[in-house]
Amino acid sequence: MAGLTPESATSDAAAVSRPRASTSPWAEVWRRFKRHRLAYWSLWLLGLMVLAVLLGPLFYKVGINDVDLKAGLKGPSQLHPFGSDDLGRDLLARMLYGGRISLAVGLAAMVMAITVGVTIGAIAGMARGWVDSLLMWLTDLFLSLPQLPLLLLLIFLFREPLKQAFGLEAGIFILIVAVIGGFRWMPVARLVRAQFFSLREKEFVEAARALGASTSRQVVRHILPNSMGPVIVAATIDVAAAIIAESTLSFLGLGFPPDIPTWGRILYDSRDYMDAALHWSLFPGMAIFLTVLTINFIGDGLRDALDPRRVL
Amino acid sequence: MFNYILRRLLIALPSLLGISIVLFTVLALAPGDPFEDLANNPSVPPEVRMALRAQFGLDDPVWQRYWSWLTSMFKGDWGFSFVSRINVDQLIVQRIPVTLSVIGLSQLLAILVALPVGILAAAKPYSWFDRIASTLAFVGFSLPTFFTGVIFILFFSVYLDWFPIVYRSDLSATGWAWWWQQFKQSIMPITVLGLFQAGSLMRYVRSAVLDVIRLDYVTTARSKGLAERTVITKHVVRNALIPVVTLVALQMPAVFGGAIVTEQIFRIPGIGSLLIDAILRNDTPVIMAVTFVFSCLVIFFNLIADLLYGWLDPRISYK
Repeated sequence: MAGLTPESATSDAAAVSRPRASTSPWAEVWRRFKRHRLAYWSLWLLGLMVLAVLLGPLFYKVGINDVDLKAGLKGPSQLHPFGSDDLGRDLLARMLYGGRISLAVGLAAMVMAITVGVTIGAIAGMARGWVDSLLMWLTDLFLSLPQLPLLLLLIFLFREPLKQAFGLEAGIFILIVAVIGGFRWMPVARLVRAQFFSLREKEFVEAARALGASTSRQVVRHILPNSMGPVIVAATIDVAAAIIAESTLSFLGLGFPPDIPTWGRILYDSRDYMDAALHWSLFPGMAIFLTVLTINFIGDGLRDALDPRRVL
Repeated sequence: MFNYILRRLLIALPSLLGISIVLFTVLALAPGDPFEDLANNPSVPPEVRMALRAQFGLDDPVWQRYWSWLTSMFKGDWGFSFVSRINVDQLIVQRIPVTLSVIGLSQLLAILVALPVGILAAAKPYSWFDRIASTLAFVGFSLPTFFTGVIFILFFSVYLDWFPIVYRSDLSATGWAWWWQQFKQSIMPITVLGLFQAGSLMRYVRSAVLDVIRLDYVTTARSKGLAERTVITKHVVRNALIPVVTLVALQMPAVFGGAIVTEQIFRIPGIGSLLIDAILRNDTPVIMAVTFVFSCLVIFFNLIADLLYGWLDPRISYK
């Protein structure tokens, strides 16, 4: 993941006197992004899926818990476009509902991981000295933790109290977002620290320093915006990783409780009926796969688009 | 070299201590009192409960509790499994060979697939081979192992009936038949885990080779008339492998995570499925021990990666 070279001089000038620039930096990024065909079409596909998950329940008004035992384990039909599960519940409705949770967990865990990562990386990069050593030791320590076992351990220990404190759904959501986000900030922290190390010695930061800008202003106005390229890429990929992590937890039976149908949970429930009702495991599995794949492609496209040294 | 190994060992020790602190903190922060049941039991007077707490050291200061926990962990005194009714260390010793063989073989498969494919893709970047390989790599690491596992079982076990669904550690056959059955039951989990790893590994190898192949010394090697094959194998790959080794070491925690899922899907009696069982049945000593063992394994593999690094890059050792 190569760093963003200082195209900052132009982009800062563009921010000050906007109308002069013929193409804004973001239009340039978009132009480069579109060249990555897979990423471009992934963006469309992901956008469609997000729209379906967000707006679908407004038009498709079938309850996620409408039990109809006679219609159990039926394949796709007009009544149930995605088929039904063993209790005859409509899978499309459950998938739409579960998609909201999966995407929300992915986004929230990403925001958490990026916030922690950027903060720690920025502090380490600005402070240097013993603070930097300590924070990097911590980062390395977290990187060598066995994440899934610890994730499972934390959920095992803290599930009940959080459920009591925030209610069933919110409690589990907070817990899962916190543990997934809490184990994914390390690469971002390293990235941001490395960016800070090189950017803080650049001329434009020195100029800001010479003009009397405070440390916080240097960081917020000058260094941070210029180190955002790799962070955006990492953030994209983090969403995919968090979605996989959440589905894994649900698939192991340790994520959201059975009555909240996330994609991983639907797949977990379908395990014992694989031969009788293939559609039941195929739809959630494909949903997870397509979401993660499109996000990863978008991340790859952004990596190419945000790295100006790269000739496409 | 000896000095280098010693130094690496000394660096590994604090991280092991750090992990033990994290584990202990999690345990200490966790709500719930092991003697809660006794508090609700009217026939047990509170004094008895207090005496029990004191006996198990629950009233001691935190650092003292940490120290006694740590020493007992290192002495192998890991407690007693409530569910399996044997000592935790015995349980883990029984289960760990299966896990290690599945992880080791799948890593081997991943390397065997990813190295040649990644090198070939980087030798001709943006060719058809590169495009197809890169797209497949994306598909590989975007397919969650639990989904591929389910599909594999459905296709190869249920539909084609080639491989058994459940992994058995007590095969009755002997000699070659044992090896054949072992092969048949291991092939699916190893493939699922191996291909998942191969996806990201191939991307690393490709980008590492691409970084090296443009350097001047490679041009020199070519211009002095070396065969392309020699240039790639002798000059490019060895240097490209240096960053790859680090990245593989960083992937180790994810590999263990994948192993837990795979063991659960294929019902392999390793420490991963042991962990899930223990969590579902509230078997705390086993949960703690397995997590600790996983941490030790991660540190151990990081250490091996460091040693490999020193071997691949002689400049490191003499720094």
